[in-house]
Amino acid sequence: MASRLRSVKDQEQSAERGVVSPPDPLEPATAASVRGLSRTFGYRTVLDRLDLDIAPGEFIALIGRSGSGKSTLLRALAGLDREVTGQLSVTGPVSVAFQEPRLVPWKKVLANVALGLRATDPEASARTALDEVGLAERASAWPATLSGGEAQRASLARALVREPRLLLLDEPFSALDALTRITMHRLVLSLWTRHRPAVLLVTHDVDEAIALADRVLVLGEGQITHSSPITVPRPRDRDHPDLVALRLRLLTQLGVPAGETD
Amino acid sequence: MPETAETGLVTRTQAGLAAAALSSDAADGSGPAARSPARRRRGRRWYRLISPVAVVGLWQAASSTGILPASKLVSPASIAHTAYTLVVTNSPTYGTLQESLLVSFERWAVGFSIGIVVAVLLAVVTGLSRVGETVADPILQALRSIPLLGLIPLFIVWFGIGELPKVLFVMLSALFPMYLNTFAGIRGVDSKLGELGHVLGLRRGEMIRHIVLPGALPQALTGLQLSVISSLLALVVGEQINATSGLGFMITQAQQFLDNSVIMVALIVYAILGLFLNGAVRLLERKALAWRRDFGQ
Repeated sequence: MASRLRSVKDQEQSAERGVVSPPDPLEPATAASVRGLSRTFGYRTVLDRLDLDIAPGEFIALIGRSGSGKSTLLRALAGLDREVTGQLSVTGPVSVAFQEPRLVPWKKVLANVALGLRATDPEASARTALDEVGLAERASAWPATLSGGEAQRASLARALVREPRLLLLDEPFSALDALTRITMHRLVLSLWTRHRPAVLLVTHDVDEAIALADRVLVLGEGQITHSSPITVPRPRDRDHPDLVALRLRLLTQLGVPAGETD
Repeated sequence: MPETAETGLVTRTQAGLAAAALSSDAADGSGPAARSPARRRRGRRWYRLISPVAVVGLWQAASSTGILPASKLVSPASIAHTAYTLVVTNSPTYGTLQESLLVSFERWAVGFSIGIVVAVLLAVVTGLSRVGETVADPILQALRSIPLLGLIPLFIVWFGIGELPKVLFVMLSALFPMYLNTFAGIRGVDSKLGELGHVLGLRRGEMIRHIVLPGALPQALTGLQLSVISSLLALVVGEQINATSGLGFMITQAQQFLDNSVIMVALIVYAILGLFLNGAVRLLERKALAWRRDFGQ
């Protein structure tokens, strides 16, 4: 069992992250569970005793105003923040796709995807993953020669090839143009449908959250202040009455009064 | 995924358009063959030879007409003749030029290699561990502020006048630029890539091999270039101390016999050696940093 229970105060950082576990009959009820998570930067409390459960295979979108601590929460789940306090348990391998694709510039695309991969044949797995994101023919390209969309696809392939139980997406589409973003949304949904990791998508884009997620969470005052499940089947029509109502509700939650929206 | 294929197509078409625009530009611009800017630049390179050749020509003219006395500066023709003589005859005073070059190159190569290896090892230790930095870096910083050329008298006292002080001198002068730049390169590696390595579960050794060292490479290569320059300087100065062989020996001998043309030949050989080594480092840089070339295009 690759369950990782971190009482973060003791600095118990497990070096054995990314252990691939076979489907467990005694599968735990959550892909990640957070209890009383707090984080302060100086005098500013960004996360304030936050609780969160992510079910296996669940697609969650986390929205919030800028500075609300969305990325802080994501970084804590990724094990990148050693100064959070509280309880944090993550089951199985975790992968992250960052806002900037963070491809290692001196490694070709294939090597980037295979980097640190503990598979019997990392290169073959990486090739399969690149194929899945439609980037097979760029395998031997330098990252600097990729377009923004291609780089994000490479980053997604690198995250997915580790067969994560929890996939953390930190505003990965925010720097892309509108058309590429739509393509990426469809790609993420198809990958998610095929591999079924739990997904935590951090975004500031309400429409993106509504288009993709099973559940939209709003982060404010250091806690989850709002949670809306979405049952409308995908692909979703922007103008579905339920979604229109939800969009208004979420915008109100974010402090944008109705009428100011487009 | 049809969308994917579509975006790919758009990108390619745009690239095609850009290329078309470029080539039509070139066709309008000059010549029957539409050459890329890079090729045109390479083709024009020989123009750069005009001014140096002209200077040598003027120099020769000044020498031939007696404006420039041979006792001050010998003519290019007589330098060439001296070089030829030094190559083909093994004189008791000078030996042969190629033999001297080999001796000097060996001194440089041994000192330089040791210096570079030591510098990289030190930089890895101080760059990767706080303890290493605290222990070693202050010493290295203090040592590098000592003017190396001023150490020559002490070196003679400590190590005599054989090969050892000369090689050590070259080694030390190669060490510091390389150490400082490699250290700075390691410390300057993007911390976001460190985070990435952590997320990807890289072990410490993997992190160093895949992230830290390649990330430090551009600056380390800058250090290598500086090391080549300073170690050659150290070679020229160091090997004139009581040398019994090498280019430095040739120079000190020529000084005694007031044979300026031999001194000139030795200096020119040093210069060629420097150019050659610099070119080698540049070539290495171009190979090792291939991933960067695309940024500049």
